[in-house]
Amino acid sequence: MWDYFKLIALGLITVLAAIGANYARDPAYLVNALTIMLVAGGLFLWSVRRVDEPKLATPQNEYFDGVVRAGVIATAFWGVVGFLVGVFIAFQLAFPSLNFEWAQGFANFGRLRPLHTSAVIFAFGGNALIASSFYVVQRTSAARLWGGNLGWFVFWGYQLVIVLAATGYLLGATQSKEYAEPEWYVDLWLTVVWLAYLAAFLGTLLKRKEPHIYVANWFYLSFIITVAMLHVFNNLSVPVSVFGSKSVQVFSGVQDAMVQWWYGHNAVGFFLTAGFLGMMYYFVPKQAERPVFSYKLSIIHFWALIFLYIWAGPHHLHYTALPDWASTLGMVFSIMLWMPSWGGMINGLMTLSGAWDKLRTDPIIRMMVVSIGFYGMSTFEGPMMSIKAVNSLSHYTDWTIGHVHSGALGWNGMITFGALYYLTPKLWNRSGLYSLKLVSWHFWLATIGIVLYASSMWVTGIMEGLMWREVDANGFLVNAFADTVSAKFPMYVVRGLGGTMFLTGALIMCYNLWMTVKAQPEKASDNAFVPAE
Amino acid sequence: METYSLLREFADSWMLIFLTSVFVGVVLWAFRPGSRPVHDDIAASIFRNDDKPADTAGRSEEART
Repeated sequence: MWDYFKLIALGLITVLAAIGANYARDPAYLVNALTIMLVAGGLFLWSVRRVDEPKLATPQNEYFDGVVRAGVIATAFWGVVGFLVGVFIAFQLAFPSLNFEWAQGFANFGRLRPLHTSAVIFAFGGNALIASSFYVVQRTSAARLWGGNLGWFVFWGYQLVIVLAATGYLLGATQSKEYAEPEWYVDLWLTVVWLAYLAAFLGTLLKRKEPHIYVANWFYLSFIITVAMLHVFNNLSVPVSVFGSKSVQVFSGVQDAMVQWWYGHNAVGFFLTAGFLGMMYYFVPKQAERPVFSYKLSIIHFWALIFLYIWAGPHHLHYTALPDWASTLGMVFSIMLWMPSWGGMINGLMTLSGAWDKLRTDPIIRMMVVSIGFYGMSTFEGPMMSIKAVNSLSHYTDWTIGHVHSGALGWNGMITFGALYYLTPKLWNRSGLYSLKLVSWHFWLATIGIVLYASSMWVTGIMEGLMWREVDANGFLVNAFADTVSAKFPMYVVRGLGGTMFLTGALIMCYNLWMTVKAQPEKASDNAFVPAE
Repeated sequence: METYSLLREFADSWMLIFLTSVFVGVVLWAFRPGSRPVHDDIAASIFRNDDKPADTAGRSEEART
């Protein structure tokens, strides 16, 4: 019965997408409709050929690791794509002639920039979060992922969101909200996928065999729920036509700006922080083979973080039409956030107490420790930049971009790499990684790359901030905007080099992971009795 | 009273007290007497059930040491 229902639904979607493509009012909508038509049509054919095949019962005595394996591959793939686009647009800023004439309108900086941010945050980071959360929630609940093949729906549905959003950006579909660029139909589809994700995660927690919910799951759950809420409110919009990608926001003016940065900052707070803290609280203790330093501290870390983060958004709107009290509130909460952030950092780092020697021998632990270090640095830098006086210098300059990247490359990137290095041998049942030496190469390339990136952006950001506000004795501005642009050239080249090093490290990781699966021997039978740990 | 003022008054009085006391309550609950063994057990739970799910509820007990 369910099969027939599925076939009818897929057939209907195929036909509707074909109709949509026929009446499409803009190229982005046309390409997205064709993509949906091909995907739904392909799934229809695939399902119709298997309709009478006997169903295999899902084995309840095994973990659902297929979807995690796919997630690991997708994370590595989208990571390389996102870093590559990032390196390219970094060089576009240094050498504007890379905005090729023949590619105007789809591969110039303005079109590629949202492609880069969404690819690294949502494609690389999102896949890392979905895959690792599915892995962690099963292990810590001692139960198979809830919902049968729901995990596969979440995985492939999310990849479809990425492809629709990416092709849309290149063809000009955007609702001009930073980190929320996808247009209305992609937003609707993401909502469906996200609720399925919530169901799979929550369902697994509900049928857990462990009496307690491990702290990593708290972080993952808060990330899933909050992102759902933020996504829905920030994307309330009315499409101009059902056959076009353009939509108009429901909120306007300063209300829209406030909702956008409530979303935007909590995308950082819950997507890039809470979710990745879930990863930290599982993979760091596992890799160090020691339980987390203080479980009490982790509880306080969690509640303090989620109680404070949600209010910090207005610091993106200092000195705008936003009421003063709101931006002061955002600033105060941002500064208070420093405490739970550093509590979490201390908890992560101190998990290694008594095992610091592992830093010498285990490059994966080294990666995780540097990642937590960058978490600490960017959660210090962030509150500082949210102070109005500092913000008046730093806002709109490259300092902000440097800050984001020390967090995203340093914290999110490095903890994800650590998790991928941990997961790959586990998931493919290999005795160990192909080469620890290559992990060391990746570690150093990535770390030096981030240092080059962040320091060049500090220099250029503070420089341009000072140049913008420089006035002569008569009160006239000294510098034109173009003066700051030409002064930034050397730093832009350094930033591009840092990005290239980071990308090279990621490519080395992909080779290493590939060879781990291909060339490493299978681990000896895991049916043997394992000593209790 | 207009909706904005009403909601604002509610938010910066009762709701603020409620959320703050929830937070303080959570912290106090984390430090309740006798929580240490519970927390130690949860912290160690990641080292159990690494390869396959527990058969029935409570079975993971036996892996504990």
